[in-house]
Amino acid sequence: MPEPKSPELIDEKGIRIDGRRLDQLRSIKLEVGVLDKADGSAYVEQGKNKILVAVYGPREAHPKHIALPERAVLRCRYHMAPFSVEERKSPAPSRREMELSKVIRESLEPVVLTDLYPRTTIDLFVEVLQSDGGSRCAGITGASLALADAGIPMTELVAACAVGKVQGRLALDLSDAEDKHGEADLPVAFVPNANLVTLLQMDGLLTTAEFEKGLQMAVEACKTIHTMQREALKKKYHEIKEVVEEKEESEVVA
Amino acid sequence: MVIVAEAKQVVAPGEMVAEGDHLTGDNVYRVGNQIFSACVGLVEVDGNRVFVVPLKGGYIPMVGDMVAGRIVDVGLSGWSVDILAPYPAMLPASEVPGPRGARRRDLSTTFDVGDMVLAEVLAFDRTRDPLLTIKGPGLGKVSTGRVVEISAAKIPRLIGRKGSMIGMLKRETGCQITVGRNGVALVWGKNPESERLAVEAIYMVEREAHSRGLTDRVREMIVKTDAVGELART
Repeated sequence: MPEPKSPELIDEKGIRIDGRRLDQLRSIKLEVGVLDKADGSAYVEQGKNKILVAVYGPREAHPKHIALPERAVLRCRYHMAPFSVEERKSPAPSRREMELSKVIRESLEPVVLTDLYPRTTIDLFVEVLQSDGGSRCAGITGASLALADAGIPMTELVAACAVGKVQGRLALDLSDAEDKHGEADLPVAFVPNANLVTLLQMDGLLTTAEFEKGLQMAVEACKTIHTMQREALKKKYHEIKEVVEEKEESEVVA
Repeated sequence: MVIVAEAKQVVAPGEMVAEGDHLTGDNVYRVGNQIFSACVGLVEVDGNRVFVVPLKGGYIPMVGDMVAGRIVDVGLSGWSVDILAPYPAMLPASEVPGPRGARRRDLSTTFDVGDMVLAEVLAFDRTRDPLLTIKGPGLGKVSTGRVVEISAAKIPRLIGRKGSMIGMLKRETGCQITVGRNGVALVWGKNPESERLAVEAIYMVEREAHSRGLTDRVREMIVKTDAVGELART
């Protein structure tokens, strides 16, 4: 059976199938504190991605042997709902999900001040409700928001974004179709102040020049997302700004 | 020495709050000459010290804190107590006043699983789980009253500056209220109505912890619900 021909992903004007320019992000919606029972939570929409993140902790480590004497253990579960993709995805954790759980955890570990809570765990649940490519990046963006929302001390928020190669050209923030039919995918997680890349994967082939250009594009996009993250986080407490004097009362005097 | 952020300003993790040789307090960290926030909170300046008051977060024990907890296990030499912290607390039998020896063999006669105790944190550091004591005035088993659980980060607001909020609640509802630093408040009223009112008011403080004129608004709510002013008098 012949391979189905790949659809035309970029037109002659350099406009992509969803109407974006090559260096344009999908529309992003970030919300914080959407789950009442979790210690911290966030909801992310990036294009057609819909991702819910919940954080519990720091809490007692179970099973006890996983606890570390000098710092908190960060645990992460990335999971795709069976209905998140067109063809039903088995709810059992797949090899891919286990890998993404690991890379999401590792991209956040450098910023979380785990040494403040020895012998505890911080549990992170990334649940993909609707998947449209680049969900590991959107997951990281949401996870760092949820951690901050839980009041867990961290040096900075982590933002993530992917760059890919589609029909020989570099394109920012690939959608599902572009990822499937494109030639390469380069997810990047970035910590702006520290100027630190905490996730860098590459699928497909890029030349050295393309890689460098692509990384630069992704880092710039991460900076944009980072600003949005800060705004989303503060939006919840916006009213507080007016309560300047009242806040004094909240200091314990006793 | 420059404070970059306004005092009481809401900051996100990684936001610069000051520049220069300030002392760093809680929830801030220094990189070179710059000081950054480590959590979502309000910037506070106390003399030369810069710190951030978190807006959320669980309870981390501190020596000297009064906490309310539930007995989860009875051992041979003490009790395990759930104080809503990431660490299980121990209440050793030696920290409980009363007879020793044979009458003490079965600790469950003193406190049993499910009992509520008001205790003080005797010792805690990063290597050891918290130790509690009930030697102290007002500490011990709590067998009456209502238990109200709120977020530990909101406890300072419930107490208020120099105890203004908690004092007002006690006065207006006529209830006795004890606040544990771990986010558990205990309410004793003379009748169920006043208790219900006090509980409602505590939840209101938690919900609106960061709004202006809260003490007055809570008082208003209490007075309105209790139109005749019966509760405060009884």
